[in-house]
Amino acid sequence: MNAINSTVRLQFDVDRLRAEFPILRQQIHGRPLVYLDNANTTQKPRAVLEALNHYYLESNANIHRANHLLSERATQAYEGAREKVRRFINARDVEEVIFTRGCTEAINLVAQSFARPRLREDDEILLTHLEHHSNIVPWQIVCEATGARLRVAPISDRGELDLEQLVALMQERTRLVAIAHVSNALGTVLPVGEIVREAHARGIPVLVDGAQAAPHLPVDVQALDCDFYAFSGHKLYGPTGVGALYGKRALLDAMPPYQGGGSMIASVSFEKTTYNTVPYRFEAGTPNIAGVVGFGAAVDFLISCDLDAVRVHEHELLGRATQQLAEIPDLRIIGEAHEKCGVVSFVYDDVHPHDVGTVLDQEGVAVRAGQHCAQPVMDRYGVPATVRASFALYNTAEDVDALVRAVWRVRDLFGA
Amino acid sequence: MSELRDLYQEVILDHNKRPRNFGALEPADRRAIGHNPLCGDKLTVYVRLDGTRVADVRFEGQGCAISKASASMMTEMVKGLSRDDIAALFESFHHLVTAPDAGDEGDHLGKLTVFAGVREYPTRVKCATLSWHTLRAALEDEAPQPVTTE
Repeated sequence: MNAINSTVRLQFDVDRLRAEFPILRQQIHGRPLVYLDNANTTQKPRAVLEALNHYYLESNANIHRANHLLSERATQAYEGAREKVRRFINARDVEEVIFTRGCTEAINLVAQSFARPRLREDDEILLTHLEHHSNIVPWQIVCEATGARLRVAPISDRGELDLEQLVALMQERTRLVAIAHVSNALGTVLPVGEIVREAHARGIPVLVDGAQAAPHLPVDVQALDCDFYAFSGHKLYGPTGVGALYGKRALLDAMPPYQGGGSMIASVSFEKTTYNTVPYRFEAGTPNIAGVVGFGAAVDFLISCDLDAVRVHEHELLGRATQQLAEIPDLRIIGEAHEKCGVVSFVYDDVHPHDVGTVLDQEGVAVRAGQHCAQPVMDRYGVPATVRASFALYNTAEDVDALVRAVWRVRDLFGA
Repeated sequence: MSELRDLYQEVILDHNKRPRNFGALEPADRRAIGHNPLCGDKLTVYVRLDGTRVADVRFEGQGCAISKASASMMTEMVKGLSRDDIAALFESFHHLVTAPDAGDEGDHLGKLTVFAGVREYPTRVKCATLSWHTLRAALEDEAPQPVTTE
């Protein structure tokens, strides 16, 4: 294992990568920026910024609806990004990739267009306790409308899902399992492949919330065999306001539209409207064209970084941070799953995470302090909030050391 | 670190560690809940009235050092004051923690001036004012809805 790691490390040049992210060069409160809020949103490489710029400077026009050259360029750039995303997640057909406003909208789309028409009173949707609000609330909305219920699989003190307990909750009335691939608050990696197998053995479809996984783990939707996979662009080095939903073709074909408007129709009259085919049926109105183009550039960038090397690098950062933080007296790490990815959450003595966040910011270290849109997780651990440091491919061992030094400063100030 | 000392003054750290008037007030004439969903701060303010004056006030809940110390010091300041006095005090306090040119309300605000450092941290203004918003809700309404600073 060591031999493999050192070989990979030789190929992975983090300084070269950092140079691609101009924003990282600045000082914050007189200290070098240490950006460890990547699970919130990542910074954007020059390639993405240039793609946005190039699109607006050279190609801007509306897509799919004009016969001039600019429109053709814009359409090609937009549809080209769809193919890039398809390749990134290894979907079979490019039509299985729907562009959305983000991961949240992707999940809402499935909730409204897939789940809602199928749900009857007393049907069940199965979640886990570690879900982000965006994989809870859309299901509550459809439950309220249909009389269906949420069932929630528990997590252990370490932040791990008990697969047996989840499977035990897959019952006759379970109509959908909706699970995170990676927990945004705890970093836990869920055994998504096994969950899909167990659910499919009972005829239950599965949606995977991949917002925190797609930037860090290989995603192969055909290997996972999940029915839906939702993720966002801005967490994987792309622009904000854009994301993607993967759905199996047969399911998408049978789903009614999510929103009505331009592009999503085949023909419209006041008597009857027929809908366009997938994916266009689900992309009403002029989409975030530049955002999608930037998303495609981000995917290209990420693939060019050697994903295996990125994974090893990020795993080392997580290990280093976990080990050094654990040495600080009265610091408690929240989420100690055997398999983790990208995130270390912690609370420090009785100092409120918000205060920790302010001290860290003063030291140039950007983290998120709060509930991470996962209030049930906070309640599970009996904490009002946590401090969360999250990693990206451009972070360094020095970043981790700066984080740990800054946490020691909290101790100086609050005299814990 | 010195900038941080401007925010986290000793008095604030002390009230954070040992909040005054902390815990439920039974019986209370008024009660309101305040919530800052951004950071999860949640507190309840209890008031016992004597006509239009606050005869007693207590609070409980959880929050960051700024919100807890602010609530603690608020309870010390407003005891015995009328509703109008409290409204005027809140206005001055709000000015102190938000306005760039603030600084001459010293006499009026007394030791609340230790919160002047908050104005350099716009994200923390809500922490400092949560208890005040909650007190106001308790005083204005006999059956107040939870207030939120979001």
